[in-house]
Amino acid sequence: MSTATTERGPSPQKALAHQPTKSALGSSRWADSLFKLTTLAFALIVAGLVVIIIIEMAMNSTLSFSKFGFGFITRSIWDPVHEEFGALPFIYGTAVSSLIALFISVPVSIGIAIYLSEHAPRGLATPIAFLVQLLAAIPSVVYGLWGIFVLAPLLRNQIYPALQKSLGFLPIFKGNINGLGLLTAGIILSIMVVPIVTAVTTDVMRAVPASQREAALALGATKWEATLIILQNARSGITGAIILGLGRAVGETMAVTMVIGNRPEISASLFDPSFTIASAIANEFTEATTEIYRHALVELGLILFVITFIINASARLLVYAVTRGQGKVAHA
Amino acid sequence: MLTTTAAVLAIVALILILGYIAVTGVQQLTFSFLINDPKPVGEADSGIANAIVGTLILIGIASVIGLPIGILAGLYLAEFSTNRFGMVLRFLIDTLTGVPSIVVGVFAWTVLVKPMGHFSALAGGASLAILMMPIVARTTEEMIRLVPHSMREAALALGAPVWRMSLGVVLRAAMGGVATGAMLAIARIAGETAPLLFTALSYNYMSTDVMSPVASLTYQIYYYAGSPYEQWHSMAWAATLVLVGMILSINIAVKVLARNRYQ
Repeated sequence: MSTATTERGPSPQKALAHQPTKSALGSSRWADSLFKLTTLAFALIVAGLVVIIIIEMAMNSTLSFSKFGFGFITRSIWDPVHEEFGALPFIYGTAVSSLIALFISVPVSIGIAIYLSEHAPRGLATPIAFLVQLLAAIPSVVYGLWGIFVLAPLLRNQIYPALQKSLGFLPIFKGNINGLGLLTAGIILSIMVVPIVTAVTTDVMRAVPASQREAALALGATKWEATLIILQNARSGITGAIILGLGRAVGETMAVTMVIGNRPEISASLFDPSFTIASAIANEFTEATTEIYRHALVELGLILFVITFIINASARLLVYAVTRGQGKVAHA
Repeated sequence: MLTTTAAVLAIVALILILGYIAVTGVQQLTFSFLINDPKPVGEADSGIANAIVGTLILIGIASVIGLPIGILAGLYLAEFSTNRFGMVLRFLIDTLTGVPSIVVGVFAWTVLVKPMGHFSALAGGASLAILMMPIVARTTEEMIRLVPHSMREAALALGAPVWRMSLGVVLRAAMGGVATGAMLAIARIAGETAPLLFTALSYNYMSTDVMSPVASLTYQIYYYAGSPYEQWHSMAWAATLVLVGMILSINIAVKVLARNRYQ
């Protein structure tokens, strides 16, 4: 932005000491473009990684792609011994666990965001926002550990039996309860998704002009009705926040791997063990003995990458539109 | 009322998790736990010294690769990229932030572990560096944008070339913020497990060789949690206490420092 300002014409003080001579100016211009090119190269490295990752993973999944083609996505067999591979059970597990996570976390997150941007006393909003963000600082593997030894026993002994008793007529709540399964993974994920959805929703709600709220209040709206107007204004940004949360849930690996039970089958019950794309890679990659097995796992990774790329791209476009790139999305 | 409940709910979850880690972890956490290597189940004085050192090595490798690249990339975004091309770069970098860490692990396996023929701390550190770069780049950009324009003009008016203005004045003025961003990025990668599963793997003894596998706190927690032994479970909790303590102190320190700066 400031390259233009370096072009200085001859000035009356040119004869004074410490003024750059013509040759010094020339060399600094040369150094400046070198500097610009160097920083550009590094920016290209970071941005180009996205492209390189796609190419590299595509090259390492050719075997399974040439054998199964696009049918890989819709096949539901996963049999390493007979070298039959299909991604459907993993895509199903990923989709369902992420949707459970959103179902639980979105109302909570929007509630926190409304509290932080509308109701919280000035002195309380910052510390509460910080505490909620600390949830994002806890490592995934720690959520997994807590999930195995604290949450899963609690769900198995108290909550799931009660759920089955009252809603057991639904196919999703039938079957054996062992604590580790799709629903447990979804519940753990919901805690992990809250910080990002809350942060982005708070940002977009604060980006709504104050005049909107004032106008609503001036027309006689109650405080709650004014909040609804704000939500209405921020809805595309909130949609973006939810989609960003979905991206986080879809790519989450360790915590899910530790509590989902790891079984590559599709079953109607949410209590049954399942598998997600990420947890399949985490579990089986080092055990993959044949070349095609490994290629199938890399292809799973490529599918995961493409899904999260689409999710993140659309979410960021929505959030950019509301906050004009000023939000804190980069940290989230 | 309902919104207050939501906020309370999130904080209660945080307290439940952290509280359980603190209470369970502290029972096993002794000095000898911190300075001994792991021993077979049943033996006394088993520890996680190798995992602590391994985590520090991995963070070191990641920082050496990731910080300079991230900071210079952020410098470009803030100082030179005002056009559409800059928008595209920024968008791609933001997208990289959302790439699942397990995918980065697979990528590091294909470009580093497979050609080299063995797992290594270098591959693990490189995959963590990839996770670090977009975070550092974007925070650096934001911090540099906060530097008042008058400082740039003053430097140029004194006859400084653009590169000296950027590095000596602007980046220096933003250094505190850039360091904060770097610390947060380190806190983030310190807790990563997925990219290490098939890059750095793990190792049962102390190792400082960057070309061979190395233990890490996160891998160790994962490994102990999946084992059938009571003793290893409690070691997992103690290791968790060390890891979470480390990460949370970075987060809290950054928060306190940032508040002091802007007051």
